[in-house]
Amino acid sequence: MSNVTPQEIKKEFLKSRMGVAGIVILTILISISIITMIIIPIETFQEWNNPESWITYPKTAIPIWVNLFLTEKIPEHKILVEPNIQSISNNEINLTSYQFNLNFNYDQFPKDFIYSYLLEYSGSPLLQMSVIRPDGVRLELVSTSLPYSNLKIIHNDRIFSTDIMIKKELGLQAEKFEFEIDRLSVEDIIFSKTELNKPLKGNYVFFIDFYEINKESKIIDSKLIIGGKAFGIMGTDELRRDLAIGLLWGTPLALFIGLVVSIGSVVIGLVYGIYAGFKGKKTDETMMRFNDIIYALPALPFLIILSVTISNSIFVMTGFLMIFGWVGIAKVARSMSLQIKTRGYVEAATIMGQRDSKMILKHILPQLLPYAFASIAISVPAAITTEAGLSFLGLGDPSFPTWGQILHDANTFGAASRGLWWWIVPPGIMIAITGLAFVFIGNALDSIINPKLKR
Amino acid sequence: MKKYIVTRTATMFGVLLITLLITILLVGSNMDTILKQGIVFQVRSEIIENPSIAESFSSVKDFEAFIQDQTDQRIKHLGLDKPWYSPQRIGLTMYKIILLDFGQATFLTSDSGSSDVKDIIFEKLPKTILLFTSATIIISVIGIFVGALAATKVGSIIDRITSSFAIISSSFPVWWIGMLMIFLFAFTYQIFPARATPDIPASSPEYLGALLYHMTLPLITIVMIGFGSWAYLVRNFMVGIMQEDFIIAKKTMGINQSKITYTHALKNAAPPIITILALSLSGSLGGAIITEAVFDWPGMGRLYFEAITVMDLPVIIGATYILTVFFLVSIFIADLLYGYFDPRIRSSTGE
Repeated sequence: MSNVTPQEIKKEFLKSRMGVAGIVILTILISISIITMIIIPIETFQEWNNPESWITYPKTAIPIWVNLFLTEKIPEHKILVEPNIQSISNNEINLTSYQFNLNFNYDQFPKDFIYSYLLEYSGSPLLQMSVIRPDGVRLELVSTSLPYSNLKIIHNDRIFSTDIMIKKELGLQAEKFEFEIDRLSVEDIIFSKTELNKPLKGNYVFFIDFYEINKESKIIDSKLIIGGKAFGIMGTDELRRDLAIGLLWGTPLALFIGLVVSIGSVVIGLVYGIYAGFKGKKTDETMMRFNDIIYALPALPFLIILSVTISNSIFVMTGFLMIFGWVGIAKVARSMSLQIKTRGYVEAATIMGQRDSKMILKHILPQLLPYAFASIAISVPAAITTEAGLSFLGLGDPSFPTWGQILHDANTFGAASRGLWWWIVPPGIMIAITGLAFVFIGNALDSIINPKLKR
Repeated sequence: MKKYIVTRTATMFGVLLITLLITILLVGSNMDTILKQGIVFQVRSEIIENPSIAESFSSVKDFEAFIQDQTDQRIKHLGLDKPWYSPQRIGLTMYKIILLDFGQATFLTSDSGSSDVKDIIFEKLPKTILLFTSATIIISVIGIFVGALAATKVGSIIDRITSSFAIISSSFPVWWIGMLMIFLFAFTYQIFPARATPDIPASSPEYLGALLYHMTLPLITIVMIGFGSWAYLVRNFMVGIMQEDFIIAKKTMGINQSKITYTHALKNAAPPIITILALSLSGSLGGAIITEAVFDWPGMGRLYFEAITVMDLPVIIGATYILTVFFLVSIFIADLLYGYFDPRIRSSTGE
């Protein structure tokens, strides 16, 4: 125990490169958390486990930036909204045309495409879907009339690329291709060069035309989804969830768990240890025996049993983690307060008849504060990894997208064996970086408090 | 010394009982339901095997009453009619468990097909000990060597690399590195098997070889993550000792540096190192649960994980008990070693 003033600690700390690095990483993480909480609507994070809300996203898509390093570009998953609208009226016939522009510059065919729309109409409009390709060839895809209705109704439907209608329509236009198209899937035909079956790059325009007689329909919502194999900055998982959102939301959750558990444990440990050391004799003996018992409990098996039998809510779990976190700190705090107690000024204060609470608050606690801060920083990584470990085993809180939870899903769906590295690597790196930030800060503080290690 | 051992033993035994009590209290009510369902099932299956019993009843009502009666009788006979939290029942359960009688597993069986919890546990335990003991030994050997090397050249490149490796490696979860290792060495480069469970039967002569081959990947992973912090720890002890007067005296006498490091300094750093070795052996058993789940290593950790997934309570209680016993025994050994090396501890508690 050395006596260092807060000013000295601050000065020394700023000199240590490790400590500064820790602070910088922590600041970045905190800003990520704040930005996440402001920018990403809270609903997406509540919808994390709702498959319905991820339906337009691709399955296990690779991050798009991977294309930068590849010569053969992987097709991106594109969700096209806001088409160009053209309305032409000719006598009695109204034509409303919706055009989607697609810039296709990849070396593989897209996986599929879906057109989904929400249309308000009456009567029985005719829906035609066609595409003009970069080489000027026009392909008719769909020609169908919507179910007849007397009154105005709202019709919600999806046209899938697997639809047999499209295949039939293309079969009628087989002469446009110089190769056999019977056995190919629809997207492999539409996006193919005419002379051989290789992807044709360039600008595609998809037309969706509604023909009506004397009436006018109104599209409320329409989307063309070109299914690709790359999506977002972080890719998606098996359940079509955007991993970037999971990773971002994991940051405030990890910081919350880490900080609450470590601050809680250190405060409990300090109070317990100081009190035991200060009181001494029988009180000390009993309190330390109790401490021994908690120390001897195997933590992980118990955490597992507790989470299975009592609750796996993230807030209850932080409490459980605290139960096992304070023990070591209490031991050190006790021995430190035993030492301080014997110092002259504390003994003098005792003789002067100061109250116990005042003695602890005024003379002992301030001496232990540097140690307390170092312990908080050092025990954060353990809390984060333990929680991640529990989540990884499937015992965490499933309603929160923590990093451990993402890794648990990755393991369940065999991500390692399927080569889905973007599902495994980033969450682990985030856990490690968060841990490192606190270890850096803790070590820097520790070497200031215990100068012996520095030499 | 004797008195010290006796008090420590008593404390440890007390802790063991408390752990057991807490476990039983946590899972007791579920356990009770499962036991009672088991009895009903047993009664019904006996009747199905013996059709003559069912034929002797004229009405369904009588028949149901007979089953109820049988069930009640057995429940009473086994002492299950009292609530699960009654002292007698908890006492009886604890007594049985202390004598290693864990009862029958609900779902899980051992590889040989026995559903006796004791058989299952004693089949898995050696494999966990094999993996984690060898890992700990390798870690400590590398750690002591690297740590001592770093301590002789404080501030040198080796020292810095050791320290930063220790700090960085300690923030990665072992199981995540495990996933990466499987990804790299089992699928991208197919050198090691992805599942650590050998698929040949345990009786065949090649089994041991296969087991060791399957063990390589988890072993490398654990060692890789573990030895850094060991080296760091050893380094810190050694640096402390190298500043002691007697080492400086030896230096001025002109004894060569490496002899001082490896004989005099290391000898003095031995007590805390050995103590921590004993502790980390037991600590690794607790961490085994996640590591074994990742590598599918057929040991205690995976058993525990499987038992939790299907809520096989007798196995959970049994495995917790055995894990606690191991944990306590190693704490106990660490305590004794510490007391043996450092007489001050002994005398202060002995009073």
